[in-house]
Amino acid sequence: MDSITVLDVKGMSCPMPIVRTKKAMDTLSSGDILEVHTTDKGALADMPAWVNTAGHSIVEQKEVEDVLIFFIKKVEK
Amino acid sequence: MASMKMTAAQVARKVIENQPLFILDVRNGDAYEDWKIEGHRFDYLNVPYFHLIDGVEEILHALPTDKDVLVVCAKEGSSQMVAEMISEAGRDVYYLEGGMKSWSSYVEPIKVGNLTGGGELYQFVRFGKGCLSYMVISEGEAAVIDAVRFTDEFINFAKEKNVEIKHVFDTHLHADHISGGRHIAEETGAIYYLPPKDATEVEFEYTPLEDGLSIKIGVSKLEVGALYSPGHTIGSTSFIVDSKYLLTGDILFIDSIGRPDLAGLAEDWVDDLRQTLYIRYRELSEELTVLPAHFMIIDELNEDGTVAKRLGDLLIENHGLNIEDEAEFRRTVTDNLPPQPNAYQQIRQVNMGKVSPNHEEQIEMEIGPNRCAVR
Repeated sequence: MDSITVLDVKGMSCPMPIVRTKKAMDTLSSGDILEVHTTDKGALADMPAWVNTAGHSIVEQKEVEDVLIFFIKKVEK
Repeated sequence: MASMKMTAAQVARKVIENQPLFILDVRNGDAYEDWKIEGHRFDYLNVPYFHLIDGVEEILHALPTDKDVLVVCAKEGSSQMVAEMISEAGRDVYYLEGGMKSWSSYVEPIKVGNLTGGGELYQFVRFGKGCLSYMVISEGEAAVIDAVRFTDEFINFAKEKNVEIKHVFDTHLHADHISGGRHIAEETGAIYYLPPKDATEVEFEYTPLEDGLSIKIGVSKLEVGALYSPGHTIGSTSFIVDSKYLLTGDILFIDSIGRPDLAGLAEDWVDDLRQTLYIRYRELSEELTVLPAHFMIIDELNEDGTVAKRLGDLLIENHGLNIEDEAEFRRTVTDNLPPQPNAYQQIRQVNMGKVSPNHEEQIEMEIGPNRCAVR
């Protein structure tokens, strides 16, 4: 079973949510999942765009009481 | 090397003065394609900030050294990060203070001309969104037309000019931006006018703006006269100021005409639009200077930054005024319309007084260009 790491970047504004997500992803192994919590609405467009260019994949995305939650699966290039 | 702030006001100067600027826009591609800072001599490169987290070496060669480089993002944070990386790599660079958010909010008053008896007419240019508001000043009094939501801009300007705002007009119920008209009237005690046909659902008191209404500004004969000119909305009303200027609202622009569909009634309003553009406006003096409520492209700006052109010239040059065939006209203004303005239905609700979003929500609603025209 792949492990899930939680990254809480609530309250941080652009570009920090993506910068922190990228750094966290760098420490994971292929197949691991990062669960990111952010309140930055800009992430709605930017997170999928970054994940796409980095070659990872978003396996689930939801919004719970103004918090955006992304489950990102690491794909080793 | 240094990374420095550039304000929206400084960017506006570069637009007006035709100066060159290189813009490195670090928002994502969709946002950039949808809406960016326009200038006559601006060059662009769009690389999203999340491509640059590991370094800017790959783009350094693309940044010119013979003109200012400005990094732009939505709110400032990302552009500041990228600008710092560029400056660490040994280059001078600016980032936009407040990002596109502040560019969208920046308004500059520019004098359009003098009026009878020492009066003046000012156009308030909101470069980022392409909104144009007006203030007519005469003998200690002022009228404001199509004010955007930054009410302090108008109230403070009136103070500087030592005039009292007496009348506030909206040419129609706006769908692309939040009107500041009602709030300016509340703060200054001025009368707020709105065309009654656009106001059937509004939840506040207003004075009906009827065809033929004539208001005197100051004690002299400086007149602001209303001319019913439906088509963009069913209530759309134009103004003739001092027999010199024609304020067309969202009916006629410099290089385009109003779209009839933002209230969901395009088919019904096409004939009104046709009637206004091809009959009512043609009965007016060709010497009137047209002052619209929007511009869409930077080429519509004159050399002094104003947006204004002689009606007679528009009758010849504006494509939308030169479609002979009525069926073709109908197709032009109802088929293949550009996307609607961001959140236009919500914005109409705000302007009707039905909802009162907070400051941040208002900014979000107004993101993007105005999109009120058909070319």
